[in-house]
Amino acid sequence: MTAETHKMTTVAVRQTSEDTTRRTLLLAAGLAVGLAAPFVLYPVFVMKVLCFALFACAFNLLIGFAGLLSFGHAAFFGGAAYITAHAAKVWGLPPELSILLGAGFSAVLGLAFGALAIRRQGIYFAMITLALAQMVFFLALQLKFTGGEDGIQGVPRGQLFGLFDLNQPLVMYYFVLAIFLFGFALIWRTVHSPFGQVLKAIRENEPRAISLGYRTERYKLLAFVLSASLAGLAGGTKALVFQLASLTDVQWQMSGEVVLMTLLGGMGTLFGPVVGAALVVTLESYLAGTNLPVPVVIGAIFVVCVLLFRRGIVGELQAFLARRKS
Amino acid sequence: MSEDIILEARGLSKEFKGFIAVKEVNLQVRRGTIHALIGPNGAGKSTVFNLLTKFLTPTRGQILYKGRDITGMKPADVALLGMVRSFQISAVFPHLSVLENVRVALQRPRGTSFHFWKPEASLYDLHDRALELIEAVNLTPWANHTAAELPYGRKRALEIATTLALDPEVMLLDEPLAGMGHEDIEGTAALIKRVSANRTILMVEHNLSVVAHLSDTITVLRRGEILAEGPYDVVSRNPQVMEAYMGSTTAGEVGHA
Repeated sequence: MTAETHKMTTVAVRQTSEDTTRRTLLLAAGLAVGLAAPFVLYPVFVMKVLCFALFACAFNLLIGFAGLLSFGHAAFFGGAAYITAHAAKVWGLPPELSILLGAGFSAVLGLAFGALAIRRQGIYFAMITLALAQMVFFLALQLKFTGGEDGIQGVPRGQLFGLFDLNQPLVMYYFVLAIFLFGFALIWRTVHSPFGQVLKAIRENEPRAISLGYRTERYKLLAFVLSASLAGLAGGTKALVFQLASLTDVQWQMSGEVVLMTLLGGMGTLFGPVVGAALVVTLESYLAGTNLPVPVVIGAIFVVCVLLFRRGIVGELQAFLARRKS
Repeated sequence: MSEDIILEARGLSKEFKGFIAVKEVNLQVRRGTIHALIGPNGAGKSTVFNLLTKFLTPTRGQILYKGRDITGMKPADVALLGMVRSFQISAVFPHLSVLENVRVALQRPRGTSFHFWKPEASLYDLHDRALELIEAVNLTPWANHTAAELPYGRKRALEIATTLALDPEVMLLDEPLAGMGHEDIEGTAALIKRVSANRTILMVEHNLSVVAHLSDTITVLRRGEILAEGPYDVVSRNPQVMEAYMGSTTAGEVGHA
C-alpha cells in the first residue's frame, strides 16, 4: 500500500471518530432528557411518546434504510397489543413475557406479510401490505378474544421479573424507557452493521446490488421482519401503558399516522422519527383540549411540511449543518 | 464444445408482446478475450446483455457458462458464479462514499452480510483492499466523497473498481464509454485493457471505432440478429456492416456512426 492510501485511511478513521463523538454527545443529551422527563411532564404522556417513537423508528428502518413503504404497520403494532393484553390479562403472564409474546407474534406476522409482498415494488408493495393489514383488522373486529368494539380493557401491568411493581408510574416509566432504548439501539446497530450497508446499497440501486451477487429480496425480508418485530414491541408496550388494546391500534389510520410521524421528523435519519412522534403526539393531546378538528390541523401541518421542508425537521437540520460546515 | 469457450448463447430469442427484439442469436465468448457486441440503436445489444446476465428471461434458447446451463438461474446467482455485469447508466450507490461503494462488493464473500448485530467496524479491515482498488482507477483523492459528487467519467471508474472487487472471471460492461468526453474515453479504454488480464470481458458498444483497438472479437447485431463476427479488420470491411451504420460505405464513417 502506498503512503497516500495510508493517509486516506487515517482521514477515513478520523472522520468516523468525529461522527462518533457527536453522536455520543447527542445520545447522552437524549438519555438525560429521557431520565428527567417524568419529573417535568406527565409520565403517561411521555410513555405514549416513547411507544410511538419506537413504532416510528421501526417503520423508518424499513422506508428510510430499505426504501420500502409499508402501509400496513398498524397490523404489527395493534396485533402485538392484542396478544400482549390477552397474555397478561387472560393467561396471567408476567409483563416481560407478555410483551415478548406480542413482539414475537409480530415477527411471525411480518415474515408472512413480507413473504407475500417483498417481490412487489413501490405502490404494489404498499397496496399488498395495506390489504393484509385490513385482514388483520377484520380479524380483530370479529374474533372473540379481542373483544370487538370494546377491545381488551383493564389489562394488568403486573410485576416486572416478579420484583418491580409496574403500577407505580415511575417504575413503569423507566421500564418503557428501557424498552425504547433497547429498540433504538437495535435499530442503530442494524443501520451501522454489515447488513445495514447492504440494505443501503439496495435502497440506492437495487439492480446493481443484484449484479454484485446479493439476493436482495432476502435482505429486504429480514429488514421487514425486524421492522415488524420492533413495531410489535412498541404496540405491546403501549397495551401495558394504557392497560388497553383496541381497534384504534390496528386500523389503517394508525399505519397512516406512523408514515406522517416519520416524514415529519425526517425519513432516513435516526432521530427524525423520535422528533416526529413527539410532535404529533404532543399536538394531538394539545388539540384534544380545544375545539379545533384534530385531523384537519395535523393534515394541514403535513401539507406545509411536504411543501416547505421535504427532508423533515431533522433532515433539514442536518442538511443545514452540512451546508454551514462546507 | 471446446474448452476455451467460457460463455455461450444458443438460439437465444426474446419477444416482447409480438415484437422480436432478439432472434436466434448464437454467441461464443472465448476465455481471456475482450469481446465487443456492437450495433446501431435498437439492434438488441442491451437485450442480449440482459438475457446473458439473467436480468431478462429468454423466450427461447439456452445460455451456457463454463459448459453449465444457466438459463433458469437468478441474476444474483449468476454473479456468484463469477460473471458480473455493469449497467448503461452509471451504477453506483450515490449516497454511499466511494470507499463504501467498493466495500459493499468486498464484504459479500465474507458471509456476514445478514449480521445486523455486528458493528460496521467489523468491515474496516476491508479498507486496505478497497483503497487499493480505488487507487487502481485513480480515485484515491475521492475516497471519502459520496459517489453522487463524482463527475460522470469517474462514476464509471468507480463502477469498474466495484466490479473488480468481486474479482470476476467474466466482466460484462454495458456501454462503458457512453456519454464520456474524449479524454475520459482514452483513460477508461486503457483501464479496461489493463483489467482484462486473466479475465474475459464482454462489452456492449454503440460505436465501432471505440472498440476497434480494444477488442479481439467483434459481433455486430442488427434488428436482433447477428450480422457479422470477427476481428475489427474483417468486420469493418463487411459491406453489410457499413450498410447497417447509416448506409455509409466507407470504414471511416462507420467509426463515427
